[in-house]
Amino acid sequence: MEWINAIVQGILLGGLYALFAAGLSLMFGVMRFVNLAHGDFIVAGAFGALLLVESLGLHPLLTLVIVLPVMAAFGYVGQRLVLNRVVGRDILPSILVTFGFSVILQNLMLEQFSADSQRLSAGALDTASFGIGSLSIGAVPLLMFGAAVAVLGGLNWFFGHTNTGRLLRATSDDGEIIGLMGADRRHLFAIATALASAVVAIAGVLMAVKTNFDPSAGPIRLLFAFEAVIIGGLGSLWGTLAGGIILGVAQGIGAQIDPGLQILAGHIVFLIILVVRPQGLFPKQKG
Amino acid sequence: MSQLLKIEDLDAFYGDFQALFEISFEMAEAETVALVGANGAGKSTFLKCLTGLLPTRGQRILYRGNNIAGVPAFKIARQGIAMSPEGRRLFPSLSVKENLMLGANVGRKGQWDLAAVQALFPILEEKRDIPATLLSGGQQQMVAIGRALMSNPALLLLDEVSLGLAPVIVRDIYAALPKIRTGGTAVLLVEQDIGMAMQVSDRMYCFQEGHVSLQGVSADMTRDMISTAYFGREKEVQ
Amino acid sequence: MQISRADSVRIGLLSVVLIGLSMGPYWADRGTMRLLIEAFYFLALAQLWNLLAGYSGLISVGQQAFVGLGGYLLFTLTMFAGLPVLLALPLAGILTGILAWPTALVAFRLSGPYFAIGTWVIAEVYRLSFAQISSLGGGSGISLPTDIVRSMADGRSARESLTYWIALAIMLAVILGIWALMRSRVGLGLGAIRDNEEAATSIGVRTTRLKFSVFVGVAAMTGMIGALIFLQKLRITPEAAFSVNDWSVLVIFIVVIGGIGSLEGPILGCILFFVLREFLADLGSWYMIILGVISVGIMLLEPRGLWGMLNRKRSLTLFPIARRSPKLKSLNQDTP
Repeated sequence: MEWINAIVQGILLGGLYALFAAGLSLMFGVMRFVNLAHGDFIVAGAFGALLLVESLGLHPLLTLVIVLPVMAAFGYVGQRLVLNRVVGRDILPSILVTFGFSVILQNLMLEQFSADSQRLSAGALDTASFGIGSLSIGAVPLLMFGAAVAVLGGLNWFFGHTNTGRLLRATSDDGEIIGLMGADRRHLFAIATALASAVVAIAGVLMAVKTNFDPSAGPIRLLFAFEAVIIGGLGSLWGTLAGGIILGVAQGIGAQIDPGLQILAGHIVFLIILVVRPQGLFPKQKG
Repeated sequence: MSQLLKIEDLDAFYGDFQALFEISFEMAEAETVALVGANGAGKSTFLKCLTGLLPTRGQRILYRGNNIAGVPAFKIARQGIAMSPEGRRLFPSLSVKENLMLGANVGRKGQWDLAAVQALFPILEEKRDIPATLLSGGQQQMVAIGRALMSNPALLLLDEVSLGLAPVIVRDIYAALPKIRTGGTAVLLVEQDIGMAMQVSDRMYCFQEGHVSLQGVSADMTRDMISTAYFGREKEVQ
Repeated sequence: MQISRADSVRIGLLSVVLIGLSMGPYWADRGTMRLLIEAFYFLALAQLWNLLAGYSGLISVGQQAFVGLGGYLLFTLTMFAGLPVLLALPLAGILTGILAWPTALVAFRLSGPYFAIGTWVIAEVYRLSFAQISSLGGGSGISLPTDIVRSMADGRSARESLTYWIALAIMLAVILGIWALMRSRVGLGLGAIRDNEEAATSIGVRTTRLKFSVFVGVAAMTGMIGALIFLQKLRITPEAAFSVNDWSVLVIFIVVIGGIGSLEGPILGCILFFVLREFLADLGSWYMIILGVISVGIMLLEPRGLWGMLNRKRSLTLFPIARRSPKLKSLNQDTP
């Protein structure tokens, strides 16, 4: 029973990992760009929620009303002003610039919030749970998983059914000629980053309710996001959910064997999948 | 006829490599001009300069009196220059219809919309929901031309439309040209098939190693003149 | 062979610096020696990372994997296999290189930016794994037993001098090794890969094999440096051994600030790094923020770093690598 419980918790945790991964996957898909500060932005979202909870007394989940648009706007402006300068054939500048941002952001948060571990309380939601047989499923993990499905579904709809979504897919296929379609590639890149940042905000706030976080908690989130993307297969949003779930379950089983093995078990399953099936489980189908 | 395009002394580079040398070029509104030349003569490079895909900052490309050299590609597209690029460059993850709709993103009003393009190439309606790159070569070429038309261009650039296609399919595609021209759209086409180029165009330019080697009214040209300009025979004699 | 005036100035300058450094134990106090040892191994790590990222297009943020492996191997070889330190040191490097082989097999399945994160994951796997090994102290680490430390040399100052010379020798070996590599056919091949990998493949450069060899070679040297680092520190923990901040962030900052893709850049970056640290280390996290801002600024404004800034015309060089055909040279001089 403990094992089944570990697996169910792992699946639900996978929803959070899919949210971590979606932003990374989206930016890589549209502009072949990986933001090494991705995890630190997730943590920044969590600290943003903390600030609002402390100053305005908002419910943690309600802080999204402010955190989400602020981060999306920050993503748009950051892409236009800085990151667009390093997007391109040579990947070195983009990696090093975002790596620099990661260090800057971590240390700024350390200055501002100290190294103390934080967690947001969602009130009664924290302890609410549903029993299915002898399984007990917490409301927060279930909410996370539901949010992940909703966000991924929303993104999928956006890419499939809007003009901007089509333009982003086309940019992903062949960004060089997107100008022929009358679209400004720099603007599309910034839209992609804004979308990714909005997802990061959601992931950050949910993470703040689910687990402890501190200023140095970013890099490991980047690694989880990356593992979920690679396991799921590049360029596939639903694959990302599958990747997140596999990672979550692997960690759950690892933790069940020995609490010290939780993270390591996830890494090892990732490496095995990378060796056995480097294209991921659900790679994007190309025509 | 009023002038659509006037270019003087255009140079183009890929890094250190110079691909075009002092190209001078003119086109009138609603005219059809063919551009021929051997592989590597600079024809596609020239089209990339016109669309802004290759940087031309600081030079002179007058389009309806405005200098568009150095203007970003998306703004040039919005001013009415559209291209069916070399190799077609369809978006693989988009369906036929979605590829066509992207052309409309340029946002110019006119006779061309989805229904009009599908009437021009009926097969595109039948295959509208299929990923564009799963179509046959000729059908893909139709999508590429249709996508360019969806922006209702004043100047349509067609790069190597017939490349890799069977003659009968090439004829089908060129059969659409008169309908495209009736709306007043000027067409600049790059073509390997000299016979086809002479037949459909009002005037012709021939490029050789990045220079204009011949230009004139298509009806006045002979195959001899063109092949001399094409292969640079006088050079070989030296 | 003719020696030009520029060459003789260069050789003279280098000789003075080298002789000065090799006499270190006779003029430097203990604190200075410690600082110099640290500078030597940071410079060596920086040059090796530069060989990966700047010359071979392999951008790794997981080199701490090999620093840590080298350190732990030194402890294992001396404590459990009973090997003398001076033998264990190079052996730790060689074994790290052997372990880098399967590591590279996995990491090379990823390309570009994902290669960078993949190397980081692998470093984490090593860190978490060593934290599970209880005979090496698990998560809390282990100290090098005093009898092993004493067996190195008679007395503390002799031991420190020996450590100093080993660090200096490793650093010089790394710099000269990379210099020689760059002047060889391998260097030409790597340059071709960096400029255009597809084209390099098409003209017959065996790109994957070359990159693989460079990765493994760099790992071996990095492992030996890791062994030296923890020989000096005398204590190892998984956190310190596989620290991304110490062995990747700082090393990358040194290379980026000094100038990626040159041998001189990391030297300049290393000097600047230690000078800044002397003045700013008290600022704590602001020190890291300042370093980060400088690095990001350099990448955005002058990606060739301070060396590139000082040397816009590429006329200065401490380590001539560029090949010039004498014929071309005279042609260039003729044309205005």
